[in-house]
Amino acid sequence: MDIINALVVFANFVFVPGLAYGAQLALGALGVTLVYGILRFSNFAHGDTMAFGTMAAILVTRGLQAMGISFGPLPTALIALPFAIAATAALVLATDRGIYRFYRKVRAAPVILVIVSMGVMFVMNALTRFIIGVDEINFADGGRFIIAAREFKELTGLAEGLAIRTTQVITVVTAAVAVGLLFWFLGNTRTGKSMRAYSDNEDLALLSGINPERVVAVTWIIVAALATTAGVLYGLDKSFKAFTYFQLLLPIFAAAIVGGLGSPLGAIAGGFLIAFSEVTVTYAWKRVLGYLLPADLAPEGLVQLMSTDYKFAVSFAILVIVLLFRPTGLFRGKSV
Amino acid sequence: MIRVENLHKHFGGFHAVDGATLEIAKGSITGLIGPNGAGKTTLFNVIAGRLPPTSGRVLMEGEDITGLPPHDLFHKGVLRTFQIAHEFGSMTCRENLMMVPAGQSGERLWNAWFNRARVAEEEARLRAKADEVLEFLTISHLADERAANISGGQKKLLELGRTMMVDARIVFLDEVGAGVNRTLLNTIADAIVRLNRERGYTFCVIEHDMDFIGRLCDPVIVMAEGKVLAQGPADAIMQNEAVIEAYLGRGLKNKAAAHG
Ligand SMILES: Nc1ncnc2c1ncn2[C@@H]1O[C@H](COP(=O)(O)OP(=O)(O)OP(=O)(O)O)[C@@H](O)[C@H]1O
Ligand SMILES: [Mg+2]
Repeated sequence: MDIINALVVFANFVFVPGLAYGAQLALGALGVTLVYGILRFSNFAHGDTMAFGTMAAILVTRGLQAMGISFGPLPTALIALPFAIAATAALVLATDRGIYRFYRKVRAAPVILVIVSMGVMFVMNALTRFIIGVDEINFADGGRFIIAAREFKELTGLAEGLAIRTTQVITVVTAAVAVGLLFWFLGNTRTGKSMRAYSDNEDLALLSGINPERVVAVTWIIVAALATTAGVLYGLDKSFKAFTYFQLLLPIFAAAIVGGLGSPLGAIAGGFLIAFSEVTVTYAWKRVLGYLLPADLAPEGLVQLMSTDYKFAVSFAILVIVLLFRPTGLFRGKSV
Repeated sequence: MIRVENLHKHFGGFHAVDGATLEIAKGSITGLIGPNGAGKTTLFNVIAGRLPPTSGRVLMEGEDITGLPPHDLFHKGVLRTFQIAHEFGSMTCRENLMMVPAGQSGERLWNAWFNRARVAEEEARLRAKADEVLEFLTISHLADERAANISGGQKKLLELGRTMMVDARIVFLDEVGAGVNRTLLNTIADAIVRLNRERGYTFCVIEHDMDFIGRLCDPVIVMAEGKVLAQGPADAIMQNEAVIEAYLGRGLKNKAAAHG
Protein backbone atom coordinates (compact mmCIF):
# COMPACT_ATOMS: atom_id res chain seq x y z
CA MET A 1 0.00 0.00 0.00
CA ASP A 2 2.78 2.39 0.92
CA ILE A 3 4.47 1.81 -2.40
CA ILE A 4 1.26 2.53 -4.29
CA ASN A 5 0.72 5.66 -2.24
CA ALA A 6 4.27 6.74 -3.03
CA LEU A 7 3.62 6.14 -6.72
CA VAL A 8 0.43 8.17 -6.60
CA VAL A 9 2.19 11.09 -4.95
CA PHE A 10 4.94 10.81 -7.51
CA ALA A 11 2.48 10.75 -10.39
CA ASN A 12 0.51 13.62 -8.96
CA PHE A 13 3.39 16.00 -8.29
CA VAL A 14 6.12 14.91 -10.66
CA PHE A 15 5.02 12.73 -13.55
CA VAL A 16 1.79 14.40 -14.69
CA PRO A 17 2.99 18.01 -14.32
CA GLY A 18 6.33 17.07 -15.89
CA LEU A 19 4.59 15.44 -18.83
CA ALA A 20 2.42 18.49 -19.49
CA TYR A 21 5.31 20.93 -19.05
CA GLY A 22 7.52 18.73 -21.22
CA ALA A 23 4.94 18.76 -24.01
CA GLN A 24 4.80 22.57 -23.85
CA LEU A 25 8.58 22.88 -23.96
CA ALA A 26 8.81 20.33 -26.77
CA LEU A 27 6.40 22.34 -28.92
CA GLY A 28 8.32 25.52 -28.17
CA ALA A 29 11.66 23.87 -28.91
CA LEU A 30 10.34 22.48 -32.19
CA GLY A 31 9.67 26.02 -33.36
CA VAL A 32 13.14 27.18 -32.36
CA THR A 33 14.78 24.19 -33.99
CA LEU A 34 12.88 24.66 -37.27
CA VAL A 35 13.92 28.30 -37.53
CA TYR A 36 17.48 27.28 -36.79
CA GLY A 37 17.44 24.47 -39.34
CA ILE A 38 15.91 26.45 -42.19
CA LEU A 39 16.73 30.11 -41.54
CA ARG A 40 19.95 29.33 -39.69
CA PHE A 41 19.67 31.57 -36.67
CA SER A 42 18.55 31.32 -33.07
CA ASN A 43 15.25 33.15 -32.90
CA PHE A 44 15.11 35.08 -29.64
CA ALA A 45 11.70 36.38 -30.54
CA HIS A 46 10.21 32.90 -30.21
CA GLY A 47 9.02 33.34 -26.63
CA ASP A 48 7.25 36.52 -27.55
CA THR A 49 5.81 34.93 -30.67
CA MET A 50 4.24 32.46 -28.24
CA ALA A 51 3.01 35.35 -26.12
CA PHE A 52 1.51 37.11 -29.12
CA GLY A 53 -0.24 33.92 -30.26
CA THR A 54 -1.63 33.33 -26.78
CA MET A 55 -2.85 36.88 -26.60
CA ALA A 56 -4.63 36.46 -29.92
CA ALA A 57 -6.21 33.26 -28.61
CA ILE A 58 -7.37 35.04 -25.45
CA LEU A 59 -8.95 37.86 -27.44
CA VAL A 60 -10.77 35.44 -29.74
CA THR A 61 -11.83 33.38 -26.72
CA ARG A 62 -13.35 36.48 -25.15
CA GLY A 63 -15.15 37.21 -28.40
CA LEU A 64 -16.51 33.68 -28.58
CA GLN A 65 -17.59 33.79 -24.95
CA ALA A 66 -19.36 37.07 -25.58
CA MET A 67 -21.25 35.40 -28.40
CA GLY A 68 -22.17 32.60 -26.03
CA ILE A 69 -20.10 29.98 -27.82
CA SER A 70 -18.38 27.38 -25.65
CA PHE A 71 -16.72 24.03 -26.17
CA GLY A 72 -18.55 22.10 -23.47
CA PRO A 73 -16.13 20.67 -20.94
CA LEU A 74 -13.15 21.74 -23.06
CA PRO A 75 -11.67 25.24 -22.94
CA THR A 76 -13.06 27.69 -25.49
CA ALA A 77 -9.47 28.62 -26.30
CA LEU A 78 -9.21 25.44 -28.38
CA ILE A 79 -11.81 26.83 -30.81
CA ALA A 80 -9.91 30.11 -30.82
CA LEU A 81 -6.60 28.37 -31.58
CA PRO A 82 -6.87 28.23 -35.39
CA PHE A 83 -7.75 31.94 -35.53
CA ALA A 84 -4.87 32.78 -33.23
CA ILE A 85 -2.51 30.72 -35.40
CA ALA A 86 -3.65 32.63 -38.48
CA ALA A 87 -3.05 35.97 -36.75
CA THR A 88 0.40 34.89 -35.55
CA ALA A 89 1.30 33.52 -38.97
CA ALA A 90 0.34 36.86 -40.49
CA LEU A 91 2.54 38.66 -37.97
CA VAL A 92 5.64 36.49 -38.47
CA LEU A 93 5.24 36.52 -42.26
CA ALA A 94 5.03 40.30 -42.17
CA THR A 95 8.10 40.39 -39.91
CA ASP A 96 9.94 38.17 -42.36
CA ARG A 97 8.97 40.33 -45.32
CA GLY A 98 9.80 43.56 -43.59
CA ILE A 99 12.90 42.57 -41.66
CA TYR A 100 14.49 39.14 -42.03
CA ARG A 101 14.27 39.01 -45.80
CA PHE A 102 16.55 41.98 -46.14
CA TYR A 103 19.23 40.26 -44.05
CA ARG A 104 18.86 37.07 -46.08
CA LYS A 105 19.38 39.03 -49.25
CA VAL A 106 22.62 40.55 -48.06
CA ARG A 107 23.62 37.14 -46.69
CA ALA A 108 24.07 38.49 -43.18
CA ALA A 109 26.00 36.35 -40.70
CA PRO A 110 23.85 34.31 -38.28
CA VAL A 111 24.99 36.38 -35.32
CA ILE A 112 23.52 39.47 -36.96
CA LEU A 113 20.21 37.70 -37.43
CA VAL A 114 20.26 36.75 -33.75
CA ILE A 115 20.62 40.38 -32.78
CA VAL A 116 17.90 41.33 -35.25
CA SER A 117 15.61 38.74 -33.67
CA MET A 118 16.26 40.35 -30.28
CA GLY A 119 14.99 43.60 -31.70
CA VAL A 120 11.94 41.80 -33.04
CA MET A 121 11.51 40.26 -29.59
CA PHE A 122 11.30 43.67 -27.90
CA VAL A 123 8.84 44.97 -30.44
CA MET A 124 6.62 41.89 -30.24
CA ASN A 125 6.67 41.96 -26.46
CA ALA A 126 5.73 45.63 -26.43
CA LEU A 127 2.96 44.96 -28.91
CA THR A 128 1.51 42.21 -26.74
CA ARG A 129 1.69 44.32 -23.59
CA PHE A 130 0.21 47.28 -25.41
CA ILE A 131 -2.78 45.29 -26.61
CA ILE A 132 -3.58 43.13 -23.60
CA GLY A 133 -1.67 44.64 -20.67
CA VAL A 134 0.73 43.10 -18.20
CA ASP A 135 -1.70 41.51 -15.74
CA GLU A 136 -2.07 37.84 -15.10
CA ILE A 137 -4.97 36.40 -17.09
CA ASN A 138 -6.72 33.10 -16.54
CA PHE A 139 -8.56 32.00 -19.61
CA ALA A 140 -9.09 28.30 -18.96
CA ASP A 141 -12.81 27.59 -18.85
CA GLY A 142 -14.74 24.31 -19.13
CA GLY A 143 -14.24 21.45 -16.70
CA ARG A 144 -11.27 21.84 -14.37
CA PHE A 145 -10.54 18.23 -13.55
CA ILE A 146 -10.77 14.92 -15.28
CA ILE A 147 -10.05 13.24 -11.97
CA ALA A 148 -10.07 15.31 -8.80
CA ALA A 149 -7.92 14.23 -5.86
CA ARG A 150 -10.92 13.58 -3.62
CA GLU A 151 -12.72 11.45 -6.24
CA PHE A 152 -9.57 9.46 -6.74
CA LYS A 153 -9.25 8.80 -3.02
CA GLU A 154 -12.88 7.70 -2.73
CA LEU A 155 -12.56 5.51 -5.81
CA THR A 156 -9.40 3.74 -4.78
CA GLY A 157 -9.51 4.01 -1.01
CA LEU A 158 -5.90 5.19 -1.00
CA ALA A 159 -4.60 7.79 1.42
CA GLU A 160 -3.17 9.89 -1.40
CA GLY A 161 -5.10 11.51 -4.21
CA LEU A 162 -4.23 11.89 -7.87
CA ALA A 163 -5.59 14.95 -9.62
CA ILE A 164 -5.49 15.16 -13.39
CA ARG A 165 -6.51 18.51 -14.75
CA THR A 166 -8.32 18.86 -18.06
CA THR A 167 -5.65 21.25 -19.28
CA GLN A 168 -2.93 18.70 -18.63
CA VAL A 169 -4.64 16.05 -20.73
CA ILE A 170 -5.43 18.57 -23.45
CA THR A 171 -1.82 19.69 -23.45
CA VAL A 172 -0.47 16.21 -23.97
CA VAL A 173 -3.08 15.23 -26.55
CA THR A 174 -2.79 18.46 -28.55
CA ALA A 175 0.98 18.31 -28.47
CA ALA A 176 0.91 14.71 -29.69
CA VAL A 177 -1.42 15.65 -32.54
CA ALA A 178 0.72 18.66 -33.50
CA VAL A 179 3.92 16.62 -33.46
CA GLY A 180 2.24 13.84 -35.47
CA LEU A 181 1.11 16.34 -38.11
CA LEU A 182 4.53 17.96 -38.25
CA PHE A 183 6.36 14.68 -38.77
CA TRP A 184 3.84 13.53 -41.34
CA PHE A 185 4.37 16.82 -43.15
CA LEU A 186 8.16 16.70 -43.04
CA GLY A 187 8.34 13.06 -43.99
CA ASN A 188 5.60 12.63 -46.56
CA THR A 189 4.94 15.81 -48.43
CA ARG A 190 7.13 17.17 -51.12
CA THR A 191 7.19 20.56 -49.39
CA GLY A 192 8.24 18.93 -46.14
CA LYS A 193 11.02 17.11 -47.93
CA SER A 194 12.07 20.36 -49.60
CA MET A 195 12.37 21.84 -46.12
CA ARG A 196 14.58 18.98 -44.99
CA ALA A 197 16.65 19.32 -48.14
CA TYR A 198 16.99 23.06 -47.62
CA SER A 199 18.05 22.49 -44.04
CA ASP A 200 20.63 19.89 -45.13
CA ASN A 201 22.22 21.90 -47.90
CA GLU A 202 20.90 25.23 -49.03
CA ASP A 203 23.03 25.52 -52.19
CA LEU A 204 22.03 22.12 -53.43
CA ALA A 205 18.37 22.70 -52.63
CA LEU A 206 18.37 25.82 -54.79
CA LEU A 207 20.03 23.86 -57.56
CA SER A 208 17.26 21.31 -57.32
CA GLY A 209 14.78 24.02 -58.17
CA ILE A 210 13.49 24.51 -54.64
CA ASN A 211 12.20 28.05 -54.20
CA PRO A 212 13.83 29.37 -51.02
CA GLU A 213 11.22 32.06 -50.36
CA ARG A 214 8.50 29.45 -50.41
CA VAL A 215 10.38 27.17 -48.02
CA VAL A 216 10.96 30.11 -45.69
CA ALA A 217 7.30 31.17 -45.80
CA VAL A 218 6.05 27.65 -45.08
CA THR A 219 8.54 27.39 -42.22
CA TRP A 220 7.27 30.61 -40.64
CA ILE A 221 3.68 29.43 -40.88
CA ILE A 222 4.55 26.14 -39.17
CA VAL A 223 6.59 27.99 -36.56
CA ALA A 224 3.64 30.31 -35.89
CA ALA A 225 1.35 27.30 -35.46
CA LEU A 226 3.75 25.56 -33.09
CA ALA A 227 4.45 28.70 -31.07
CA THR A 228 0.80 29.62 -30.70
CA THR A 229 -0.16 26.09 -29.72
CA ALA A 230 2.66 25.89 -27.19
CA GLY A 231 1.77 29.30 -25.79
CA VAL A 232 -1.93 28.58 -25.47
CA LEU A 233 -1.30 25.21 -23.83
CA TYR A 234 1.11 26.77 -21.36
CA GLY A 235 -1.33 29.58 -20.65
CA LEU A 236 -4.20 27.15 -20.10
CA ASP A 237 -2.08 24.99 -17.82
CA LYS A 238 -0.67 27.87 -15.76
CA SER A 239 -1.86 31.35 -16.68
CA PHE A 240 -1.02 34.06 -19.16
CA LYS A 241 1.31 36.90 -18.38
CA ALA A 242 3.13 38.81 -21.08
CA PHE A 243 6.50 38.49 -19.33
CA THR A 244 6.46 34.79 -18.45
CA TYR A 245 6.87 33.77 -22.07
CA PHE A 246 10.08 35.69 -22.30
CA GLN A 247 11.34 33.67 -19.34
CA LEU A 248 10.40 30.44 -21.10
CA LEU A 249 13.05 31.24 -23.68
CA LEU A 250 15.78 29.68 -21.54
CA PRO A 251 14.21 26.23 -21.00
CA ILE A 252 13.03 26.19 -24.61
CA PHE A 253 16.47 26.95 -26.00
CA ALA A 254 17.99 24.52 -23.54
CA ALA A 255 15.60 21.84 -24.83
CA ALA A 256 16.38 22.59 -28.47
CA ILE A 257 20.14 22.67 -27.92
CA VAL A 258 20.22 19.62 -25.67
CA GLY A 259 18.30 17.69 -28.31
CA GLY A 260 20.50 19.02 -31.10
CA LEU A 261 19.60 22.25 -32.90
CA GLY A 262 17.91 21.55 -36.20
CA SER A 263 16.70 18.10 -35.13
CA PRO A 264 12.91 17.91 -34.57
CA LEU A 265 13.17 14.60 -32.73
CA GLY A 266 15.86 16.10 -30.53
CA ALA A 267 13.64 19.07 -29.67
CA ILE A 268 10.98 16.73 -28.34
CA ALA A 269 13.42 14.62 -26.34
CA GLY A 270 15.07 17.79 -25.05
CA GLY A 271 11.73 19.27 -24.01
CA PHE A 272 10.87 16.31 -21.82
CA LEU A 273 14.38 15.99 -20.46
CA ILE A 274 14.45 19.62 -19.35
CA ALA A 275 10.90 19.51 -17.98
CA PHE A 276 11.42 16.38 -15.91
CA SER A 277 14.79 17.56 -14.65
CA GLU A 278 13.28 20.85 -13.57
CA VAL A 279 10.35 19.21 -11.83
CA THR A 280 12.34 16.46 -10.08
CA VAL A 281 15.06 18.79 -8.87
CA THR A 282 12.65 21.34 -7.45
CA TYR A 283 10.17 18.86 -5.98
CA ALA A 284 10.14 18.20 -2.23
CA TRP A 285 10.47 14.42 -1.98
CA LYS A 286 9.56 14.23 1.72
CA ARG A 287 6.18 12.61 1.19
CA VAL A 288 7.29 10.08 -1.41
CA LEU A 289 10.22 9.04 0.78
CA GLY A 290 7.99 8.99 3.84
CA TYR A 291 6.04 6.16 2.22
CA LEU A 292 9.02 4.29 0.89
CA LEU A 293 11.43 4.37 3.84
CA PRO A 294 10.93 2.69 7.20
CA ALA A 295 9.41 5.04 9.77
CA ASP A 296 12.65 5.70 11.65
CA LEU A 297 14.44 6.69 8.45
CA ALA A 298 11.74 9.06 7.29
CA PRO A 299 13.32 12.40 6.35
CA GLU A 300 12.83 15.40 8.57
CA GLY A 301 13.47 18.05 5.95
CA LEU A 302 11.70 18.61 2.64
CA VAL A 303 14.31 16.71 0.58
CA GLN A 304 14.12 19.39 -2.06
CA LEU A 305 17.33 19.69 -4.05
CA MET A 306 16.65 23.23 -5.13
CA SER A 307 14.03 25.82 -4.37
CA THR A 308 11.54 26.41 -7.20
CA ASP A 309 12.87 29.94 -7.45
CA TYR A 310 15.96 28.44 -9.03
CA LYS A 311 14.19 26.23 -11.54
CA PHE A 312 15.74 28.03 -14.49
CA ALA A 313 19.16 27.18 -13.13
CA VAL A 314 18.36 23.56 -13.94
CA SER A 315 17.96 24.30 -17.65
CA PHE A 316 21.11 26.30 -17.53
CA ALA A 317 23.12 23.57 -15.82
CA ILE A 318 21.94 20.91 -18.29
CA LEU A 319 22.71 23.23 -21.16
CA VAL A 320 26.27 23.78 -19.95
CA ILE A 321 26.85 20.08 -19.36
CA VAL A 322 25.62 19.12 -22.82
CA LEU A 323 27.59 21.85 -24.55
CA LEU A 324 30.72 20.68 -22.74
CA PHE A 325 30.40 17.01 -23.55
CA ARG A 326 28.33 16.81 -26.71
CA PRO A 327 28.11 20.19 -28.44
CA THR A 328 25.89 18.88 -31.23
CA GLY A 329 23.26 17.70 -28.76
CA LEU A 330 21.82 14.27 -28.14
CA PHE A 331 20.48 13.85 -31.67
CA ARG A 332 23.45 15.35 -33.49
CA GLY A 333 22.00 18.60 -34.71
CA LYS A 334 24.13 21.25 -36.32
CA SER A 335 26.84 22.28 -33.90
CA VAL A 336 26.39 25.61 -32.21
CA MET B 1 23.50 28.64 -76.23
CA ILE B 2 25.29 30.57 -73.51
CA ARG B 3 27.12 33.78 -74.15
CA VAL B 4 29.17 35.47 -71.46
CA GLU B 5 29.99 39.09 -72.14
CA ASN B 6 32.81 40.93 -70.43
CA LEU B 7 32.11 39.32 -67.08
CA HIS B 8 33.85 40.57 -63.95
CA LYS B 9 33.76 39.10 -60.48
CA HIS B 10 35.83 40.86 -57.86
CA PHE B 11 36.39 39.79 -54.27
CA GLY B 12 37.47 43.03 -52.64
CA GLY B 13 40.42 44.13 -54.75
CA PHE B 14 40.98 40.68 -56.19
CA HIS B 15 39.72 40.09 -59.73
CA ALA B 16 38.80 36.39 -59.76
CA VAL B 17 37.07 36.77 -63.12
CA ASP B 18 38.47 39.69 -65.02
CA GLY B 19 36.51 40.51 -68.13
CA ALA B 20 35.74 37.05 -69.50
CA THR B 21 33.95 36.82 -72.84
CA LEU B 22 33.10 33.40 -74.18
CA GLU B 23 30.52 31.34 -76.01
CA ILE B 24 29.22 27.85 -75.41
CA ALA B 25 27.71 26.44 -78.58
CA LYS B 26 24.44 24.56 -78.44
CA GLY B 27 24.93 20.79 -78.47
CA SER B 28 28.65 21.00 -77.75
CA ILE B 29 30.73 19.52 -74.98
CA THR B 30 32.88 22.53 -74.25
CA GLY B 31 35.97 22.10 -72.11
CA LEU B 32 37.11 24.78 -69.67
CA ILE B 33 40.71 24.47 -68.56
CA GLY B 34 43.21 26.63 -66.77
CA PRO B 35 45.63 26.62 -63.85
CA ASN B 36 44.45 26.47 -60.23
CA GLY B 37 42.91 29.74 -59.21
CA ALA B 38 42.26 30.80 -62.80
CA GLY B 39 38.67 31.68 -61.90
CA LYS B 40 36.91 28.72 -63.53
CA THR B 41 34.75 27.79 -60.55
CA THR B 42 34.01 31.44 -59.89
CA LEU B 43 32.85 31.79 -63.50
CA PHE B 44 30.49 28.83 -62.97
CA ASN B 45 29.24 30.32 -59.73
CA VAL B 46 28.35 33.55 -61.48
CA ILE B 47 26.73 31.90 -64.51
CA ALA B 48 24.71 29.53 -62.30
CA GLY B 49 23.44 32.35 -60.10
CA ARG B 50 25.26 31.46 -56.92
CA LEU B 51 27.27 34.69 -56.92
CA PRO B 52 26.19 38.03 -58.36
CA PRO B 53 28.62 39.37 -60.97
CA THR B 54 30.47 42.62 -60.37
CA SER B 55 29.67 43.55 -63.94
CA GLY B 56 28.98 41.96 -67.30
CA ARG B 57 26.19 39.87 -68.75
CA VAL B 58 25.22 36.25 -69.21
CA LEU B 59 22.86 35.44 -72.08
CA MET B 60 21.10 32.19 -72.78
CA GLU B 61 19.85 32.00 -76.35
CA GLY B 62 19.65 35.75 -76.43
CA GLU B 63 17.80 36.04 -73.11
CA ASP B 64 19.55 37.91 -70.31
CA ILE B 65 19.87 35.52 -67.37
CA THR B 66 22.47 37.52 -65.42
CA GLY B 67 22.03 37.17 -61.67
CA LEU B 68 18.92 34.98 -61.80
CA PRO B 69 18.71 32.84 -58.65
CA PRO B 70 19.71 29.16 -59.03
CA HIS B 71 16.18 27.82 -58.60
CA ASP B 72 14.92 29.95 -61.48
CA LEU B 73 17.81 28.81 -63.64
CA PHE B 74 16.98 25.22 -62.74
CA HIS B 75 13.54 25.68 -64.22
CA LYS B 76 15.16 27.05 -67.36
CA GLY B 77 17.21 23.88 -67.64
CA VAL B 78 20.52 25.22 -66.33
CA LEU B 79 22.19 22.71 -63.98
CA ARG B 80 25.58 22.39 -62.41
CA THR B 81 27.66 20.20 -60.15
CA PHE B 82 30.02 21.40 -57.44
CA GLN B 83 33.77 20.95 -57.40
CA ILE B 84 33.45 19.86 -53.80
CA ALA B 85 30.50 17.50 -53.97
CA HIS B 86 27.36 18.59 -52.17
CA GLU B 87 24.71 16.23 -50.88
CA PHE B 88 21.65 16.11 -48.66
CA GLY B 89 23.47 14.31 -45.88
CA SER B 90 20.47 13.17 -43.88
CA MET B 91 18.81 11.51 -46.86
CA THR B 92 19.63 8.32 -48.70
CA CYS B 93 21.24 8.43 -52.13
CA ARG B 94 17.94 7.52 -53.74
CA GLU B 95 16.14 10.29 -51.85
CA ASN B 96 18.88 12.69 -52.92
CA LEU B 97 18.07 12.02 -56.53
CA MET B 98 14.34 12.06 -55.90
CA MET B 99 14.63 15.59 -54.50
CA VAL B 100 15.67 16.96 -57.84
CA PRO B 101 12.62 17.38 -60.00
CA ALA B 102 10.98 19.90 -57.73
CA GLY B 103 7.65 21.52 -58.40
CA GLN B 104 5.26 18.60 -58.74
CA SER B 105 1.83 17.88 -57.43
CA GLY B 106 3.10 16.73 -54.03
CA GLU B 107 4.21 20.32 -53.51
CA ARG B 108 0.65 21.32 -52.91
CA LEU B 109 -0.50 20.32 -49.48
CA TRP B 110 -3.95 19.92 -50.93
CA ASN B 111 -2.76 17.19 -53.26
CA ALA B 112 -0.75 15.50 -50.55
CA TRP B 113 -3.95 15.04 -48.56
CA PHE B 114 -6.62 14.55 -51.16
CA ASN B 115 -4.92 13.43 -54.32
CA ARG B 116 -2.77 10.73 -52.89
CA ALA B 117 -3.10 8.42 -55.84
CA ARG B 118 -1.52 10.94 -58.17
CA VAL B 119 1.23 11.81 -55.71
CA ALA B 120 1.96 8.13 -55.13
CA GLU B 121 2.14 7.50 -58.84
CA GLU B 122 4.59 10.36 -59.31
CA GLU B 123 6.67 9.11 -56.40
CA ALA B 124 6.81 5.68 -57.97
CA ARG B 125 7.90 7.12 -61.29
CA LEU B 126 10.57 9.25 -59.62
CA ARG B 127 11.78 6.28 -57.67
CA ALA B 128 12.08 4.14 -60.77
CA LYS B 129 13.95 6.95 -62.48
CA ALA B 130 16.30 7.39 -59.53
CA ASP B 131 17.02 3.66 -59.47
CA GLU B 132 17.73 3.73 -63.19
CA VAL B 133 20.21 6.58 -62.73
CA LEU B 134 21.91 4.81 -59.81
CA GLU B 135 22.18 1.68 -61.92
CA PHE B 136 23.67 3.65 -64.79
CA LEU B 137 26.29 5.13 -62.47
CA THR B 138 27.05 1.68 -61.03
CA ILE B 139 26.09 2.72 -57.50
CA SER B 140 22.81 0.84 -57.11
CA HIS B 141 24.11 -0.79 -53.95
CA LEU B 142 24.23 2.64 -52.31
CA ALA B 143 20.58 3.47 -52.94
CA ASP B 144 19.57 3.17 -49.29
CA GLU B 145 22.81 4.46 -47.82
CA ARG B 146 22.78 7.88 -46.19
CA ALA B 147 24.49 10.26 -48.58
CA ALA B 148 26.65 11.68 -45.79
CA ASN B 149 28.35 8.30 -45.45
CA ILE B 150 29.41 7.60 -49.04
CA SER B 151 32.92 8.26 -50.35
CA GLY B 152 34.06 11.43 -52.07
CA GLY B 153 34.18 9.80 -55.50
CA GLN B 154 30.73 8.32 -55.00
CA LYS B 155 29.41 11.74 -54.07
CA LYS B 156 30.77 13.01 -57.38
CA LEU B 157 28.77 10.34 -59.17
CA LEU B 158 25.68 11.29 -57.21
CA GLU B 159 26.23 14.89 -58.31
CA LEU B 160 26.29 13.78 -61.93
CA GLY B 161 23.22 11.66 -61.25
CA ARG B 162 21.28 14.75 -60.20
CA THR B 163 21.70 16.25 -63.63
CA MET B 164 20.25 13.11 -65.19
CA MET B 165 17.00 13.26 -63.23
CA VAL B 166 15.50 16.02 -65.34
CA ASP B 167 15.77 17.14 -68.93
CA ALA B 168 18.47 19.71 -68.61
CA ARG B 169 19.47 21.97 -71.45
CA ILE B 170 22.92 22.89 -70.27
CA VAL B 171 24.98 21.28 -67.55
CA PHE B 172 28.08 22.79 -65.98
CA LEU B 173 30.34 20.09 -64.57
CA ASP B 174 33.04 21.25 -62.15
CA GLU B 175 35.72 18.57 -62.08
CA VAL B 176 33.34 15.62 -61.93
CA GLY B 177 36.28 13.34 -62.59
CA ALA B 178 38.48 14.50 -59.71
CA GLY B 179 38.95 11.79 -57.14
CA VAL B 180 37.20 9.20 -59.26
CA ASN B 181 39.11 6.09 -60.38
CA ARG B 182 39.95 5.35 -64.00
CA THR B 183 37.16 2.88 -64.74
CA LEU B 184 34.56 5.16 -63.27
CA LEU B 185 36.07 8.06 -65.16
CA ASN B 186 35.35 6.17 -68.37
CA THR B 187 31.81 5.52 -67.18
CA ILE B 188 31.38 9.23 -66.56
CA ALA B 189 32.81 10.13 -69.96
CA ASP B 190 30.43 7.66 -71.61
CA ALA B 191 27.52 9.09 -69.65
CA ILE B 192 28.37 12.60 -70.78
CA VAL B 193 28.61 11.58 -74.42
CA ARG B 194 25.34 9.66 -74.28
CA LEU B 195 23.46 12.50 -72.57
CA ASN B 196 24.86 14.82 -75.19
CA ARG B 197 23.88 12.66 -78.18
CA GLU B 198 20.68 11.06 -76.99
CA ARG B 199 19.15 13.77 -74.88
CA GLY B 200 20.72 16.81 -76.47
CA TYR B 201 22.40 18.15 -73.32
CA THR B 202 24.94 20.88 -73.86
CA PHE B 203 27.91 20.54 -71.50
CA CYS B 204 30.56 22.81 -70.14
CA VAL B 205 33.20 20.77 -68.39
CA ILE B 206 35.99 21.95 -66.08
CA GLU B 207 38.69 19.33 -65.85
CA HIS B 208 42.41 19.15 -65.13
CA ASP B 209 42.86 15.74 -66.73
CA MET B 210 44.00 16.57 -70.27
CA ASP B 211 43.27 13.06 -71.55
CA PHE B 212 39.70 13.43 -70.45
CA ILE B 213 39.43 16.87 -72.06
CA GLY B 214 41.13 15.76 -75.25
CA ARG B 215 38.85 12.75 -75.62
CA LEU B 216 35.61 14.48 -74.78
CA CYS B 217 35.69 18.16 -75.45
CA ASP B 218 35.50 20.28 -78.51
CA PRO B 219 35.89 23.22 -78.42
CA VAL B 220 38.10 24.09 -75.46
CA ILE B 221 38.29 27.37 -73.57
CA VAL B 222 41.42 28.28 -71.64
CA MET B 223 41.33 30.65 -68.67
CA ALA B 224 44.21 32.16 -66.76
CA GLU B 225 44.14 34.86 -64.11
CA GLY B 226 40.48 35.55 -64.64
CA LYS B 227 40.78 36.12 -68.35
CA VAL B 228 39.97 33.96 -71.33
CA LEU B 229 43.32 33.17 -72.88
CA ALA B 230 42.11 31.24 -75.90
CA GLN B 231 39.11 29.38 -77.21
CA GLY B 232 38.83 27.13 -80.20
CA PRO B 233 39.01 23.56 -81.47
CA ALA B 234 40.75 21.16 -79.07
CA ASP B 235 43.70 20.39 -81.38
CA ALA B 236 44.49 24.02 -82.02
CA ILE B 237 44.32 24.83 -78.32
CA MET B 238 46.75 22.08 -77.38
CA GLN B 239 49.25 23.57 -79.85
CA ASN B 240 48.70 27.17 -78.81
CA GLU B 241 51.93 28.78 -77.57
CA ALA B 242 50.29 30.98 -74.95
CA VAL B 243 48.30 28.10 -73.55
CA ILE B 244 51.32 25.90 -73.26
CA GLU B 245 53.14 28.70 -71.55
CA ALA B 246 50.40 29.38 -69.05
CA TYR B 247 49.09 25.97 -68.32
CA LEU B 248 50.56 22.92 -69.93
CA GLY B 249 54.02 23.87 -68.81
CA ARG B 250 57.53 23.86 -70.17
CA GLY B 251 57.87 20.10 -70.35
CA LEU B 252 55.01 19.80 -72.72
CA LYS B 253 56.23 22.73 -74.73
CA ASN B 254 59.55 21.03 -75.23
CA LYS B 255 57.79 17.85 -76.18
CA ALA B 256 55.61 19.74 -78.60
CA ALA B 257 58.72 21.39 -80.04
CA ALA B 258 60.43 18.03 -80.40
CA HIS B 259 57.39 16.72 -82.26
CA GLY B 260 57.13 19.80 -84.40
N1 LIG C 1 34.32 33.68 -52.13
C1 LIG C 1 35.57 34.07 -52.42
N2 LIG C 1 36.14 35.07 -51.72
C2 LIG C 1 37.39 35.49 -52.01
N3 LIG C 1 38.16 34.97 -52.97
C3 LIG C 1 37.65 33.96 -53.70
C4 LIG C 1 36.33 33.45 -53.46
N4 LIG C 1 36.09 32.45 -54.33
C5 LIG C 1 37.21 32.34 -55.06
N5 LIG C 1 38.14 33.23 -54.70
C6 LIG C 1 39.46 33.41 -55.31
O1 LIG C 1 39.29 33.50 -56.68
C7 LIG C 1 40.33 32.82 -57.36
C8 LIG C 1 39.74 31.89 -58.38
O2 LIG C 1 39.15 30.79 -57.71
P1 LIG C 1 38.39 29.64 -58.48
O3 LIG C 1 37.85 28.74 -57.46
O4 LIG C 1 37.44 30.22 -59.42
O5 LIG C 1 39.58 28.94 -59.26
P2 LIG C 1 39.52 27.67 -60.19
O6 LIG C 1 39.94 28.11 -61.52
O7 LIG C 1 38.24 26.97 -60.05
O8 LIG C 1 40.70 26.80 -59.54
P3 LIG C 1 40.81 25.22 -59.32
O9 LIG C 1 41.28 24.65 -60.60
O10 LIG C 1 41.84 25.09 -58.26
O11 LIG C 1 39.47 24.73 -58.89
C9 LIG C 1 41.16 32.13 -56.30
O12 LIG C 1 42.35 32.85 -56.13
C10 LIG C 1 40.32 32.19 -55.07
O13 LIG C 1 41.10 32.34 -53.92
MG1 LIG D 1 37.59 25.21 -59.36
